[in-house]
Amino acid sequence: MKDITEKPMQQWISKDNKAEKALKRVKQNTTARIGIGRSGARYKTDAFLRFWADQSAASDAVFTEVTPETIVNLGLFEIKTKCRSKFEMITRPDWGRIIEKDQQQILKEKCVKDPDVQIYFGDGLSSPSISANAEDMLQVLKLGLEHEGLSVGTPFFVRYCRVNTARTIGPLLNAKVVCVLIGERPGMQTDESMSAYIAYKPHPQMLESEYTVVSNISRHGIAPVEAAAHIVELILKISKAKKSGISL
Amino acid sequence: MILKTKLYGKSYQFDSVKQVLSKASELKSGDTMAGLAAESKLERIAAKVVLSDLTVNDITENPSVAYEKDAVTRLIMDDLDSEAFSKIKNWSIGELREWILDENTTSEMILKTSKGLTSENISAVSKLMGNMDLVYAGAKLKIKATCNTTIGGSNTIACRLQPNHPTDNIDGVIASTLEGLSFGSGDALLGLNPAVDTVDSTIAIWNIFQEIKEKLEIPTQTCVLSHVTTQMEALKTGATADLCFQSIAGTEKACAAFGINIEMLEEAQAAFLEHGTAKGKNVMYFETGQASELSSSAHYESDQVTMECRCYGLARHFNPFLVNTVVGFMGPEYIYDGKQLIRAGLEDVFNGHLHGLPMGCDVCYTNHMPADQNDSEVLAMLLAQAGCHYFMGVPQADDIMLMYQSTGFHDIATLRELTGKRPIPEFQKWLENYGFMQNGKLGPEAGNIDLLLEKL
Repeated sequence: MKDITEKPMQQWISKDNKAEKALKRVKQNTTARIGIGRSGARYKTDAFLRFWADQSAASDAVFTEVTPETIVNLGLFEIKTKCRSKFEMITRPDWGRIIEKDQQQILKEKCVKDPDVQIYFGDGLSSPSISANAEDMLQVLKLGLEHEGLSVGTPFFVRYCRVNTARTIGPLLNAKVVCVLIGERPGMQTDESMSAYIAYKPHPQMLESEYTVVSNISRHGIAPVEAAAHIVELILKISKAKKSGISL
Repeated sequence: MILKTKLYGKSYQFDSVKQVLSKASELKSGDTMAGLAAESKLERIAAKVVLSDLTVNDITENPSVAYEKDAVTRLIMDDLDSEAFSKIKNWSIGELREWILDENTTSEMILKTSKGLTSENISAVSKLMGNMDLVYAGAKLKIKATCNTTIGGSNTIACRLQPNHPTDNIDGVIASTLEGLSFGSGDALLGLNPAVDTVDSTIAIWNIFQEIKEKLEIPTQTCVLSHVTTQMEALKTGATADLCFQSIAGTEKACAAFGINIEMLEEAQAAFLEHGTAKGKNVMYFETGQASELSSSAHYESDQVTMECRCYGLARHFNPFLVNTVVGFMGPEYIYDGKQLIRAGLEDVFNGHLHGLPMGCDVCYTNHMPADQNDSEVLAMLLAQAGCHYFMGVPQADDIMLMYQSTGFHDIATLRELTGKRPIPEFQKWLENYGFMQNGKLGPEAGNIDLLLEKL
């Protein structure tokens, strides 16, 4: 069956383009949508539809919810930030970092205290990033960290999550290192990228520059298994240095 | 000065000029998040009614940030044309609006008078305008500026060619640049946002742009949008460009968050006038966008339209070649959806024009806004009517480095065809020589980069 999204944009050249040969060569250096032809001053039908497919995937990634089944299948439980909807999630970044008392209570009841490393997932701005990457990431991170003798806390999922939930969750569970795995703002190349924000003893007054960040984790960027192995190394380094971010 | 009114028998009382301005603003998610927006549609109208009776003098005497506290306020006040101000200081904002819209009021009259208007006054009048008012009033303003070529001639729509690349790969940048040129983009400038803000990458892209411009004899301008301090360092090595770029904000504190101050911009302007390659006197290129002040907590409880206007107040001190509002880049917490985006784009371009600035607009959105390309296309068509000086030309609107969607090369050609407007004249001739453009439309060679590659 036809799927217009299968062909990479870099191989996409309009048939009637006079500079087809040159475009084949120069398009190796860029993923920009060049050489796509024209109908009058507008786009060809195929290029027009491909743009909308890519942009719609990116938009859907932001506005769809991670399903409860996805969370259960990953062996996680769920808490929420102060936001009650995707609308609040995108318009109130200040609420997306707040974990209210009842949700804090759930964490206190269900999580192991004082871990060396606390890992949790957040939907952030891409729901598909969870189903695409979380299983591989969690497995490799847990095995890798425990192999190095570090204790790993009880993992969970935060709905309507921003990175700065770490400022509350870190002290609440008394974790030495917190690693937030969160969906990135999607682009037109991929809608399922995840970032890791890692902080040594995060706290409410910490600076943004105290996070060590690994971004572009997806099958189109840094593969999740590869990224997880890299994050294990980073966490080891952070644990030893007792600091994270630009001062590391 | 009266800060209260009644609507349908109900009283509305406001605390200050600043609060009237905020509550009179059209709905924006950023003003809501900041706790500054009107609480109901009717309260918004009440604020507009109060605002319409305030005088130019009332608003001049109550700037968003006090003169003593803020260098941007001091610059705006000190630059004010006292003769122009004295003629209109007793006008109400409602009267000012009607005078601007009157068919007997010319572009020349408005631009002379607006030298006596503070940025808060310009913000005020835009809050009494509907979307069509903003287009109607803006369309009659004729504002020119000259670098190598002159932007703002009657009947032109220009374009910044924006060939960004996620790793600043030179061959990738060249590929997008040539494709854009062959579609008629690039008469305002060739301007790249570097992925890494370093002296080396700035020099590398400056050099390639200068080489393309010279070898292909393109009548245009070159620029790399790194930090002004990076460009100053690059200039010291002997490398050069036509335009000096910087993002600016509407308060001293918000400028500091961008790592700049007024003295630094003055120094950069002097350096580019001396060591840059521009033939004309307008060598600065500024970018703005509503709510950068709020995002750095430097908005002094003022609404985002007013803060944006103060960016233009700062910009006009430097007689820039271009000012560009990157209207949809900040995110949905500031400009929520297509409706707010369209309003903000119209406000910014009109308000910039009323400051006497050659205004462009990066008509754009991010993927976490409930907006899409259709919203962008509507705003671009409106702004083409409103006399917007230039738009961005990005390969099919997809910026692969900044990860947002702007306007495409095809959109620029379409806007020109729809409005009967043309590129900057020298650039149009250049396009016609290659067959990229013919009779005001794309020509038979549009998209044929072979014709350019063979000369490089």
